[in-house]
Parts: sequence; structure tokens; C-alpha cells
Amino acid sequence: MSTLTLKNIVKEFTSGSGASASTTQVIKGVDLEVKDQEFVVFVGPSGCGKSTLMRMIAGLENATSGDILIDGQRINDVGPAERGLAMVFQSYALYPHMTVGENMGFSLKLAGVSKEERAKKVNAAADVLQLGPLLDRKPKALSGGQRQRVAIGRAIVRNPSIFLFDEPLSNLDAALRVQMRIELARLHAELKATMIYVTHDQIEAMTMADKIVVLQGGVVEQIGSPMELYHHPRNRFVAGFIGSPKMNFLDVTVTDVQAEGVTVRLPDDSESLVRVAGQPEAGSAVSVGDRLTMGVRPEHLILDDSGPLGGQVQVIERLGGVTSLYLASPDGSGDGKIGGLKADDQADSGWILIADGDVASRVGDNIRYTFDSARAHLFTSDGLALPSLDRHPLTGLTRQDNSLSSVSAAQATDV
Amino acid sequence: MSTRASGRTVGGLRTLSLQAPAVGLLLMWMLIPLVMTLWFSFQRYNLLMPSVSGFAGVDNYYYLLTDPSLWTAMGNTLLLVGWVLVATVVGGTLLAVLLQQEFFGRGVARLFVIAPFFIMPTVSALVWKNMMMHPVNGIFAWIASLFGLPAIDWFASLPLTSVIIIVTWQWLPFAVLILLTAIQSLDDDQVEAARMDGAGPLAIFFYITLPHLKRAISVVVMIEMIFLLTIFAEIFVTTSGGPGLATTNLAYLIYIRALLDFDVGGASAGGVIAIILANIVAFFLVRTVAKNLEN
Amino acid sequence: MMTSSTNSVAAASMAVNASRARRSVLNRKLVLTLVAWTIALMMFFPIFWMFLTSFKTEAEAISTPPSLFFTPSIDGYIEIQARADYFKYALNSVVISLGATLLALLIAIPSAYSMAFLPTKRTQTTLLWMLSTKMLPSVGVLLPVYLIFRDLGLLDSRTGLIIIYMLMNLPIVVWMLYTFFKDIPKDILEAGRMDGASTLQEIFHLLLPLTLPGIASTGLLCVILSWNEAFWSLNLTTSNAAPLTAYIASFSSPEGLFWAKLSAASTLAVAPILIFGWMTQKQMVRGLTFGAVK
Ligand SMILES: Nc1ncnc2c1ncn2[C@@H]1O[C@H](COP(=O)(O)OP(=O)(O)OP(=O)(O)O)[C@@H](O)[C@H]1O
Ligand SMILES: [Mg+2]
Repeated sequence: MSTLTLKNIVKEFTSGSGASASTTQVIKGVDLEVKDQEFVVFVGPSGCGKSTLMRMIAGLENATSGDILIDGQRINDVGPAERGLAMVFQSYALYPHMTVGENMGFSLKLAGVSKEERAKKVNAAADVLQLGPLLDRKPKALSGGQRQRVAIGRAIVRNPSIFLFDEPLSNLDAALRVQMRIELARLHAELKATMIYVTHDQIEAMTMADKIVVLQGGVVEQIGSPMELYHHPRNRFVAGFIGSPKMNFLDVTVTDVQAEGVTVRLPDDSESLVRVAGQPEAGSAVSVGDRLTMGVRPEHLILDDSGPLGGQVQVIERLGGVTSLYLASPDGSGDGKIGGLKADDQADSGWILIADGDVASRVGDNIRYTFDSARAHLFTSDGLALPSLDRHPLTGLTRQDNSLSSVSAAQATDV
Repeated sequence: MSTRASGRTVGGLRTLSLQAPAVGLLLMWMLIPLVMTLWFSFQRYNLLMPSVSGFAGVDNYYYLLTDPSLWTAMGNTLLLVGWVLVATVVGGTLLAVLLQQEFFGRGVARLFVIAPFFIMPTVSALVWKNMMMHPVNGIFAWIASLFGLPAIDWFASLPLTSVIIIVTWQWLPFAVLILLTAIQSLDDDQVEAARMDGAGPLAIFFYITLPHLKRAISVVVMIEMIFLLTIFAEIFVTTSGGPGLATTNLAYLIYIRALLDFDVGGASAGGVIAIILANIVAFFLVRTVAKNLEN
Repeated sequence: MMTSSTNSVAAASMAVNASRARRSVLNRKLVLTLVAWTIALMMFFPIFWMFLTSFKTEAEAISTPPSLFFTPSIDGYIEIQARADYFKYALNSVVISLGATLLALLIAIPSAYSMAFLPTKRTQTTLLWMLSTKMLPSVGVLLPVYLIFRDLGLLDSRTGLIIIYMLMNLPIVVWMLYTFFKDIPKDILEAGRMDGASTLQEIFHLLLPLTLPGIASTGLLCVILSWNEAFWSLNLTTSNAAPLTAYIASFSSPEGLFWAKLSAASTLAVAPILIFGWMTQKQMVRGLTFGAVK
């Protein structure tokens, strides 16, 4: 039973010395509620403060202001070891001079646990992670994946109420990452612990999280379930950040605002009704003539010779099952550049279209396509999304709904 | 409380308390003698003339700063430090490159080369003075006689050079030790890549090895400077600062004043000047070198 | 037929080339050996000569040309031992060097730890300032130190010299340790902190085992510097606490008149630290980089 609450957490770093000292605010007031046994994932671009936030939760870094509560207790002034947390570092941070067993038992040793007790707990954790045969090896003699498991084992041994993971899988190769991802999910179910997880990896975030926290520049952009973030991004940043390949963006003009949606004019002068409210979460309502940005995910574009959008194919990536077409932007702004290979987050020129594997287009072809207007998003010039009028049916889905154990549990109750 | 921001949360000892012993001791080590030295430097205080005492104002400084021997001593200090640095860095680099190559008995040869570093400065000064550079019985004199050359009376005719030779002999191994370690850390791939690019041994040395050694050379310069500025035993044993003031460096001048002339006031003024100089050097040179190291 | 013969010719010429290449590698090695050994012997010669002279009679010691072949005698050693008890001085040297080194490490470790892992704006300045204290000429502060030691009863005591040497070496020790500590990934200490290690446990269970080679070489350097220090030992000790540097000084007063004996005394004074230095040279080199090798 462990909940974590962050209340208006601020973190400032002071650098330089004397008169030239400058203070940078790295975390700018973060609020977060983590429920018991929840799996929360922090995502965001590099340098946005994910690690800093996690280190404050761990107690390795002081919060400049704000409260950190575990189970309702303020723990700002409690040392890292007394918070009942365990952290798995990106670099694993194994103690190189200790064997695997000693690594895992170190915290117990410091706590004065007897040798037999220690061995019992270490062995139990080693069994969970299939580390038994490696207990007497030094970290140097382990493979990357094995080191990773030892680092997790070291956390498990402490029997923490909350696990913290800072990009734990980023040093592993793709296949191993998939395996560890599944293993971590299994562990989460088995240990019934709360887990907080930092990652760069879209797939990790989408598949593992109960709740994703999107951070940018020390500010929380959105908190929600993976499906909620995917289908109902709160703003353009989240829309662009969640989902891979990235969402395509296009400038459009409002021609009509009504109860059933907002109508916009596309570059080819055709109009399209998008089912969103005309009033963003904050700021003034949109009115006819406003410039908005429309966003459509690559997988929601449909090849259609009479479609309203078009562009020249610049690069084709055939993966067999699906084909990615990198296109010049429908409004022509992406001409000459390779579409989709967006140099920075704000570069919108160039679109990507995910078609099925058998599409016959060639580079240089001019193709036309349309989009599913129910899947389109509109953003004001401030970047705020106009709220969709229809909730996507899957946004209420929990992660448990995706796993076999919950199905069998449901079946069991049926019987 | 500004130290709190630096990492450890509650329960950890503060930076201050961890550093307190070392910093405190060194402060005492520096300040107490400094204050006493400062105090003496303003006193008329000569052990030979106990009747003369009292406040001297800046007289001691005046005499010292107008005394040409101070400037001679400063010049000698700089010459000594400068030449030894040049000799050890250049010689050390070449020797390190040489000792890095494969040859027979490399391990033992290395031991021989670094041996002088372990020898007491007093002993090495004595050995050089009596057995190497002695104008009659020294090895150098004997070698000269083999070629029919007149023996050189090293400490009489080339006093500062002689001291520089001795000190270089002592510090060359230190430079070799550090530079050799640095060379060994040079990536073989880099050398091989350069060789593929058509670089000969000389080009490899100048474009690959030397830049790689930059940090190590900085370290050698910094450490040696710290020790060379206060060279004392070698001069004391060999020339006693002479002939005249030819080998008197700042440390030795203060020694002459304090212990030979019994002029505590004057010696203290010299000490204060030395301390100020040390801090100036520390401020500029050490800072430059340390910056070099940080990057 | 034709092709096979050209092939064999080519093969033969290749073999010749290969053996030529091998021979040139060997030649190069021989030349290198010659050059390196010449320099090594020249560097070592004064020490070797001192060692040799210590087994000569006084007459042989000053003979010209220098006598290379002579009947070795240990008379010099016997005589100097009769004049001053070598072992007393040697014991003092050992106790003082080790004591000063241990004390310096003890005081420097927490300081270097905080500089490396809890750096503040002042860290760099503090470090530089520490080093600058080493540039003070000892003579400049001799008098005050002498007076203080006299009042505290530390003159001619091992404790006194241990304190002085500790202070003398502290800046270098702090700096060296700082460079070693800085190489330890911060993550590992943080993991230790998460595991519940206190600062002291962090230092003893993690930092020290991980930086043992560095600490060893720091300690070795410190021992060598303390062993060889002459200024303070000559001015602050008379007999009780006098180390080997003072022992040498007691033989050098009749200035070069008794070279064989002086050489014998010097050999005795130098031998322990030289052998110690040679034996530990591997460890020392490994750490003696002052962060210069990345
Ligand atoms: N000790 C520090 N002093 C000053 N600034 C710091 C410090 N630690 C981190 N920062 C700054 O805080 C910001 C957030 O860093 P943080 O490590 O939390 O990013 P991150 O989101 O984890 O990035 P990444 O995905 O690359 O790991 C960065 O701009 C970084 O430069
Ligand atoms: Mg990070």
C-alpha cells in the first residue's frame, strides 16, 4: 500500500560562483498523484527534468520547494534509504568490487540483517530473476542483460513500496529490451509494488504504463492513460511527442464553428468538419477566420486518388507489413526537404503516411490522400487542443485489460 | 545552508564538516606562522643585537626591497625553475616515448631511470658534488682528462648550471613516470589510424602523442613548480648559495638572513615577500594549469 | 607450368621480404635496446657509483683514475655503525613517514570526498589554495614553527615531525585523492545511499575499495616525500627523533673527506626507500597520474 503525491515541486540549480551565480529552474511546479500499485511512466524530451524529478522522489536531490508525500506522510526531510524506495539506475550502478550476491545483499548488510536472513532474501530475489547461478560472479563478468537483472534484483531485495527506474533498459539491445519489458511487467504484477519509470522509448511508455506523465521544460504537459494521451492529447506538444512516427501538422483556417464541430479549410480549398468543441481548455473560443493547426497521425491517413491532400513522395520505407511514405507537405511548404525527417520538434514540413505493405507508389510520384476526420486534431495558435466531442472508446482502458491474467481472472469470476 | 543543494539530503554530513579538518589544519599551518612572520617583519629583531628592538615600521621591507640580493635571488629562482621545467618536460617526453618501445630488459631499464626520484635530495646533492662534479676526483673530471680536456670546477665556474643539472636529474624520473603512464593510455587505434593516413613516426609524435600528453605535461609542470620554487637542500649541500649569490634562490636568501645573519626581522620580511610571491604564482600559473586539467 | 613457377618465385620473394622485415624489426629492437640502456645506465650511474664507493677504502674512493676493480670491504659500514646507530634513525624514518602518511590520508579522505562528490562554488578555489600553501618556502615559516614547537614541547619528537610532514603533504594528498574520487561514477555512491549507507559507510564500503590503487599510490608518494624531507628534520630534531636525513647530515659535516663512509651512510639511508619504491612502482605508476590520464 503505497501512494505518492507531489505538490507543487520546484527544483532550482545554482551554478557559477559569487556575483556571476545564476539560478536555473529545472522543475517548475509539478503536481502528481500516484496510486497504489500504479505503474507511472515519465516521458519527455532530453533535459526536461525527468531524472531530476525522479531523484527528488528518491531523496538524492532536495526539492527547492513543494511537498513530497508517501502514503500521506511528508518525506522531504527523510533520507533516501528511509523512504522505503528502491531505484534502478540507467548505468545499473552495480558495486564493481562486490559479487552479485553481495551487491544484492548490501542494503540488508547495512541494515544489520543477519547473514542467513540475508542469504535467504537474496536467494529469493535471485530466483525471481533467474540469477541463481550468477550469485558469485562480479559485475564485470556479466552481460548487459544480466547486469540489468542484478540491478533490479538489488532493488527487489529491499522490498520497497515504490520502485524507481531511470531509463533502465536504454543500454540493452532491442531484443533484450523486449524481453526485459515483459519481465518487468511480470514483476510489477508479482510484487504488487508502485513503480515509477523514466523512459525515452515510446513503446515502453505505451505498453507498460497505467499512467503517463509527459514533461517538457520542467512542466507537466499532460497526465493520462496511454490511450488517452494518444487519442486526446491536451496540446500540440503531447500530440507530437506521443505516437510514432510523429503526428503530421498542417495550418488550416476556420470557416465555421458549430455545436457539432469546427469546419476548416484545407490547402486545396475543400472543407472538412472536425468533431471538436470550439472552446479550448483555456483562452478564448475560436471564431471564423482563425488560423489553427490540424494534426493527423500517419496511421490515420488513407490513400485516396480524390482525397483533399496531396504531395510528392520523397522517401519510401518498406517494412513488409506496412510502408511509410515520406511526403512533401500538403501546403507545399515541405518541398525539397525530405518529409517526416523532422530536424526538430517544431519542424512541420513534410508528412508521413503509413500505408499497407503492398502500396505500389514510387519516389517522385504525386499521390493524393484523405484522412479520417474523426481522428483529426485541431490546435489553437497557443498550441492548445480543441477538446474532442467524442471520447475514444478505449481511453478508459486500463493496462490490466490487456493482459492475460486479467482475462483469466474475469473468466474465473464468470464461472 | 547553500551546501544542501549539492546532493545529499538530510542525514548527510555537510561539506563543511568533511573538509573542516584539512582546511582548518592548512589554514593554521599557513596563518599562524604568517601572522607571526608578519609581526616579526615589522620588528627590529636581530638575535645578535638583543639591545636593538622595537617597532621597525617598514624598514625591514625597505632594506630588503632595495637590497639587490633580493632581485638576484628572484632571478635565480626563476632560472632554476624555468630550466629544470624545460629540461624535465622535454627530456621526460623523449624518455617516455623511448621507454614505451619494445626492447630487451625494458622493465629493469625503467627501474633504473626512475631510481633518482627515490633518492634523498641531500644524498643526491652530496653524491653529485663529491663524486660526479668534483674538480679533482669526480667522474666528470676523469672523463674530461680522458679526452685531454681540462677539468671543469663545476660549482665554481658554472654554479647555477650545476644545481640545475642535479635538480633535473632528480625530477626527470618524476616526469618520465607520469608521461609514461599517459603514453600507455594512448589509444593504439589512434596511432594505427594515423599510420593508415600515411603519418610517419615524427608526424605521429607531433600530431598524436604530444597532444595526448598535454594534460600530463600540465600536471608535471604544476607539481614540479610547487616543489622547485622552494628548492633548498640541494643548494645548501652543494654551494651554500655561492659563489657570491650565484645560486641563492629566494628560499635560500631567507635562510641566510634568518639563520646566518640572525636578522629575524629581515628574514621575516623576506618570508612575507616569498609568501606573496607564492600566492601570485599559485593564482596565475596553477589556475591556468588547473583549468587546462578540468577540460 | 609457367604460372606455377612464377607463383613459387613470388612466394620465395615474399618469404625473403618477410624474413627481411623480421630482421629489420630485430635490428630496430637492438638499436632501441642500446640507446635505452645507455640512458638508463647514465641515469642510474651516480647511485651505482655511490653504492660501489661504499665498499671501498677511503684511499680507493678518491683515487684518480676512479678505481673500478678493488677488493670490497665493509669496513666503512662497520665504522659508521660504530659512530651512530643506523637502526635508531631508520626506525624514526619509518615511524615518521608512515605516521605522517596515515594521518594525511585520514584527514584528506573526507575532504577529497566532499570536494569530489559535494562540490560547491568554492571547491576549485579551496583546492588551489591548498596547493599554494605548498609553495611557501619552509624557511619563511621556520622561526614561528620553531617557537611554537618549543612551547608545545614538540621539538625533537616524532609527533612533531609527523605533524609537520602531514601538513606538508596534505595538499598533494587531497588533490590526488580528489582526482581518483572524481573518476568514480556518482551513480554508484547514490545507489549506496539508496541502500542506506551513511557517509562513513559510503566511504568505507564503496569509495575506499574502489579507489584502493589510487589511495595506495598516493600513500606511497607521501611516504617517499616524507622519507626524503631534510629541512624540517634537520631544524626540528636533534637526536631522539632524528630520521635518516639527519643521519646523513651527521656524516657530511667533514665535507667529503671520508667519501667511502659517506657513501656507506648514504647507501644505508637510501636503500630502504629505493627498494620500497622499486617494489611498489607498479602500484605507484598506476595512480600517479593526478587525473592527467583519461
Ligand atoms: N546538478 C545540476 N546542476 C545544474 N543543472 C542540472 C543539474 N542536474 C541537471 N541539471 C539540468 O537540469 C535539466 C534536467 O536534467 P535531467 O537530468 O533531469 O533531464 P532528463 O529529463 O533526465 O534528460 P535525459 O532524458 O537526457 O536523461 C537539464 O537541463 C540539466 O542540464
Ligand atoms: Mg535522465
